[in-house]
Formats: sequence, C-alpha cells, structure tokens
Amino acid sequence: MLQDQDRIFTNIYGMDDRSLKGAQARGHWDGTAAILAKGRDWIVEEMKASGLRGRGGAGFPTGLKWSFMPKESDGRPAYLVINADESEPGTCKDREIMRHDPHTLIEGALIASFAMQAHACYIYIRGEYIREREALQVAIDEAYDAGLLGKNAAGSGWDFDLYLHHGAGAYICGEETALIESLEGKKGMPRMKPPFPAGAGLYGCPTTVNNVESIAVVPTILRRGAGWFSSFGRANNAGTKLFAISGHVNNPCVVEEAMSISFEELIEKHCGGIRGGWDNLLAVIPGGSSVPCVRGENMRDAIMDFDYLRNDLGSGLGTAAVIVMDKNTDIIKAIARLAHFYKHESCGQCTPCREGTGWMMRVMDRLVTGEADLEEIDMLWDVTKQVEGHTICALGDAAAWPIQGLIRNFREEIEDRIKAQKSGKLSAIAAE
Amino acid sequence: MLRRLSQEQPESFAFTAANLAWAEAQVTKYPKGREQSAVIPLLWRAQEQEGWLTRAAIETVAEMLGMAYIRVLEVATFYFMFQLQPVGKVAHIQICGTTSCMICGGEDLIAVCKDKIAPKAHQLSDDGAFSWEEVECLGACTNAPMAQIGKDYYEDLTAQSLATLLEQLSTGKVPQVGPQNGRFASEPKSGLTALTEYKNAAIRLNGSAHLAHDIGDTVKRIDGEEVALRAPWQMGANHMPNGAGAGHAAIGEGLIEIAPRGRTAAQQAEQEAKAAKKVLAQAEPDAEKNGIKPATLETARDGKADDLKQIKGIGPKLEKLCNEMGFFHFEQIANWTPDEVAWVNDNLKGFKGRVSRDMWQEQARKLAAGENTEFSERVKSGDVYDS
Repeated sequence: MLQDQDRIFTNIYGMDDRSLKGAQARGHWDGTAAILAKGRDWIVEEMKASGLRGRGGAGFPTGLKWSFMPKESDGRPAYLVINADESEPGTCKDREIMRHDPHTLIEGALIASFAMQAHACYIYIRGEYIREREALQVAIDEAYDAGLLGKNAAGSGWDFDLYLHHGAGAYICGEETALIESLEGKKGMPRMKPPFPAGAGLYGCPTTVNNVESIAVVPTILRRGAGWFSSFGRANNAGTKLFAISGHVNNPCVVEEAMSISFEELIEKHCGGIRGGWDNLLAVIPGGSSVPCVRGENMRDAIMDFDYLRNDLGSGLGTAAVIVMDKNTDIIKAIARLAHFYKHESCGQCTPCREGTGWMMRVMDRLVTGEADLEEIDMLWDVTKQVEGHTICALGDAAAWPIQGLIRNFREEIEDRIKAQKSGKLSAIAAE
Repeated sequence: MLRRLSQEQPESFAFTAANLAWAEAQVTKYPKGREQSAVIPLLWRAQEQEGWLTRAAIETVAEMLGMAYIRVLEVATFYFMFQLQPVGKVAHIQICGTTSCMICGGEDLIAVCKDKIAPKAHQLSDDGAFSWEEVECLGACTNAPMAQIGKDYYEDLTAQSLATLLEQLSTGKVPQVGPQNGRFASEPKSGLTALTEYKNAAIRLNGSAHLAHDIGDTVKRIDGEEVALRAPWQMGANHMPNGAGAGHAAIGEGLIEIAPRGRTAAQQAEQEAKAAKKVLAQAEPDAEKNGIKPATLETARDGKADDLKQIKGIGPKLEKLCNEMGFFHFEQIANWTPDEVAWVNDNLKGFKGRVSRDMWQEQARKLAAGENTEFSERVKSGDVYDS
C-alpha cells in the first residue's frame, strides 16, 4: 500500500489547512523558481522520463504531448488549457483536487505553461462545480497576492496569468476541441483533427489541453524526480493515481494509490470490501462510464492499470473511476441508464452519434423490460459497431463500448429476460 | 429534449450594479477581440440573478459582447444548465440520476420529488416554491446519491433526508450542505485509511460546505455583493498598466494583450507608451472609434419617417434603433460616405456591421428614388411584418 509520505495529494479530503500557508507547509510551492530555472527542455525530458500518462482517460504520455508544442513561436501566443470539465459518470477526483488541494494545480499550471512557453493558462471547470470554482478562485487570488502568479511569477522571471473559466453543463466539453470551442464562447461541438490543438487550438494558437490531475502531479514529480514517480506501478503504467470508487462497496471513497494495485487490495484496504462480500460482486466498470464493464469474477485479481485492463480484460483504466455493482443490481438497467446519458450528451454534430445514441437507448430500454426479440441483441451489437469509429470525437465510441461490454459479458441475462417476457406473455394469454 | 425560450417573458433585464461590474471584469480575462469567450459566465450570472434565463437577458448579454442574438441563443439552448423557463421561487432541485447514483438510490430521490414537488420535471410545485429535474452525472459519485440545490451539493442522501431538506427549505431555513450522513468529504465513512496525519481539528467543514457556510447564499438569488469583486489578473503579466486594481474592475479598450515572447526592454517601453496613450484615449471615447459620425436629425422631416423596414435587414427593432440614433429617411442612408458607414456599422448596438452585411445603401438608394425592391414590395403587401 502506498505510504502517506509518497502521496502527492496530501490534503485530498480537505481536513488540513487548505490555504496557501497550509499548502506551503505540506511542501508545495517549494523552489518553484529553481525548477523553472532548469529550463523547459529539462522539464519536458523529466516529464517524459517519469512515464506520466494523461489522467483524463486516454492515457497519452504527458511529456510527449508537451513536446508537440512549437519550439519557436511564429508570433502567436501559446496557451495551456486545463480540462476541469470532469463529467465522466463515476469520476469525482478532480473535484477533490480543486476544492481541497488547489495549490498543486496552480503550481503545476505555472510549471507546465512555462514548459510550453505559454504566458496564459485557462482552467475550464464544469459549470456545476460552483463551490469548487469559488474555492479554486480563492486559491488563485491568494497566489496572485503572494506574487506566485502574475508578472515575474514566483520570482522566476516568467510572466504568467491563470484564468478560471467555466462551462454550463455539457459532457461533450470534456473533449479537448469541444472544450476549446466552448472556451471561445460557442456551442461545444468538437472540431475535426488535424489541425491538432498543438498547431491551432484556442483562438487559432498553439494549445495543449491537459487534465487537472495530470497537471497537479507535475510539481511533485519534478521536485522528487522522475525516478521516484516511475518507481510506482508496472512499466509503462507509472506513478500514483487518484481512484474514485463508487457504487456497492461498504465505504465508497476517493483515494490516491500506486498504479497497478490489485483490485482486491484497493477495495479491501480503502473501501471496506464489497457490499455483501466478494461472492456478491456482479460487475465492475473500472474506468468511468465509457469503458466496457467486466464480470465480477474476472475483476478480483485484476491489476488496476492501463495495460492490464485493456489487454487482459478488454476494458480500460480511463479516469480510474471504479463503479462497483453487486448482485442486487439490474445490470441491463444500469447500462441502459448510460445509454440515456450518451443520448442526452451527444452534441448532434455527427449523424451516426446523434441518431445512433437515441436508437441504442430505445433498444436498451426494451431490453430492460425484455420486450424484444433475441435477434435484436445482434442487431444492437451491429449498430454499436456502426457508431464506433465513425464520428469526429470519441463520444460515439464511448456510447458504444458500455453496450458492447454488456452484450459480451451478460448476454445470457439479456436472453433470459427476453425469454421470460415471452413465456410470461404466453402463459398470461393461456390463463385467460 | 426540446429546448426553446419560454412563452412568458419579462419585459426587460438589467444586471445589478455589482453583477455588472463583475461581468465587465470577466470580459477582461480574454484577449481583445475575443470577448465572446465570456458568454457562458455572463449568461450564468444572469441566471443566478433572475433564477432562470430570460430572452431579455440573452439579448442584453449579446449586446454587451457584441454578438449576434442567434449566437447567444445557440449557446443558451446548447448548455443544459441554462433554465429557459421559470423555476421554483425558493429552489430548483437537481437530482443526479446517472448510473453511480441510480444504483445507490437516486430513483428514490426522484420519487420524493415527484411526490412532494410536481409529477413532472420542470413543473412548478403548487405554491410555486419548488421545481425539480433529473440531471446527468454531477461528479460526486463517491457520495452517491446526491442532489444539487442552488450552488450546493447535498450528498449521501436518502429519501428521508431529502424530504427533510425540502421541509427545511420551504420553511425558509438553509440546511447544512455537503454529506448528510456525517461524513466530512469523500473519505471512507468508517474512518481514514490514508492521510491520517493530515488532520486539523479546527477545520470542521469540507471545502465546499465551508464556502456555503461562510458566504451563506445557498439558494438565494445572486446580486453580486456576496463576494467582493477581485480581478487580480488585471495586474498580471498579460495586461497593460492601466491603474485598474483589484476591487476596481475596469473595462476598456486594450486592457488585454498577450505579451509576445521574449520581448526586449525597448519593446516593453514602447508597449507601455502605447498603453499610456490608450489610457488617455479612454478619456475621449470617440477618438479611437472607426469612421465619422454622419449627420443626424432630431425628428423625421415633416414628422413623417420613411418605413425603414422596407430595407431587407432592418426589422422593427433595428428601425427603432435607427430612429433613436437620428436616422429616419432612405435618403439619409443612401448618402452615407464610406467613413460614415463605418461609424454606423460600429455603433449599431447589438447589430454591429449590419449596414454593409445587409447592403442597406444599395436598397436605400432605390427606395429613395421612389423605386421598389422585391423585398419592399413584399413589406408593402403586408407579407413580412404584421402591421
């Protein structure tokens, strides 16, 4: 189990002093100017060496992403945009960073912006997080007052402004180009790529979009060294990670743990076990609603990292938002609810997604009651394949995968329900 | 879900003075020419002030940011947090219904709302005090099931505790926000399994509940005076020195310019000189404006104005605006010089650039000469506007 001295977010529950003074007492904002003095190339190389993979879901190496930014400006300013539009069902880790340990994020924003030659950074927080926005703004104001932001930020000689911007309730704005559109004051509809944001992003300028957690771990990694960070987890899955465990465990919680921890250890150590014991475990969605669910019996020994969950279980770590479902759960209904979610959140730009999400939702609703034909299961599978990969952004994929996971893992349950409904009808007619 | 403006709309909308100052400070977060970026925060503040987003508010924001109405309407209808119809006077209850909350009892909470408030989402309760809706994941999944009321999250709810909350709200009390089962935040409820050293007994409320407690504006309408206005970025790296300090948000031309990379001291000095000039320029508001103001009339000649609506592109609202600016006749419009067109383009509040875009002059010349255009014939026959 990860020791407290190796945890990056030492105030994730907000029980300690949340002010700048408290953050400094816990070691944040220590020697920030000295880190910047080592130069941007050193920072980017160190981030690459740490093996940090983006914490927003896709798991793209953060250092590599930073190196895509132009080395020399052609006159356009560069921007860092921090994606705090945390809306993936099951995910609630960035919220804890922003309201309880905000200075990790603010310091990270300065360092990352410097590494990408950006003088301005926008944090795009989801609209519903109103108190979190207030808390983060208070922390930003504190940092300005202490000279850590603004001209000559933290005495580094780098001029840097950090702006907090918010959305108004659209899941799609968590997609990086939709987020940029929204930040420009438009509907959050994803853009075609290329051009990638590193070439032409916010206001047509070179932009990097990073998740809150990816940025907030940066200062500690640079202070303690890439070797320290990469000592946790298996190769290619380095570091510590905030896990958010919700659903049918005895004690749902957000907790920072080492990557590649086993699912059993994670649940036993922090969540007080599965409600009703391990035999009562039905299914787990290990990485937020967009990844396919996994049958409970395959999950107990699972290694919680990107590669194992994808290669061995056909799922994904995503945002490490673990949704646990016990045997009281109607799994078909749980996934149908996700189909409703994606129908609600489709931006309507691409036809396969706009029409497909509604179609899948209506079929899922009938599968919940069993008022369907057995052939429709294959038809539904087929439609998910027609949506997946045929849209501008990944929302189409994200809508398809949970349903594919359900059919792959729980086909029998769906069939049983359809048969029961059919025979129930027959017997009802016979009784008349 | 169909999202359109409500049938009943108030006459007008205006930000309170404090909200207006706040809104103007927000606009300075974005580079010059990118004021549109502020549209969501401004619409949101308008909604916080009024409870829901009215057509007048949408138009006001459009005018503040120099945006076409339709662009703002697009935004207002795209984002689900904007309430386009009146909501409960006391509170609008938003129940999270997505999977994590659903499997932990979110449906029971919805049942409470249906029972105690109204059978359908977005319907007002009989006394008009409450309304409710089911929303998608609010991002507090380890504290499921939960609801958002006003600015705040009420977490770890049960049907019972939600009913109690509603009771308290309806009697004018402000309930304690945050977890309702004695938890502090998102830690395991049976006790800490990590960070046991990082505990300060003096801190009794988590980050969100603490703010709700201190500011105390959990469900009331926001008039902007709750929190002192701060805009520290205005003194920061990307701003010109302009004397605008924290607490005194100023908006004006040239307040934002992204600093070019690696600028030299000479460039810096030059920029500062430019900025100083701009500050001066602000004293004479017209000095930097494009174009020349054309001649205007106090009233229409012989008290009879032309029907400017015969020009395609001028509707009743723009006609009124033109009249207010002193333009009543086709002949006036037809005779504007290019400089004067530029001035009018710039000064049509909420309709910037329409003179050129909709080719007013071409049409006005014909109409002034007594000819007709295809559009003017349609207007005259009563096809276009109800008279």
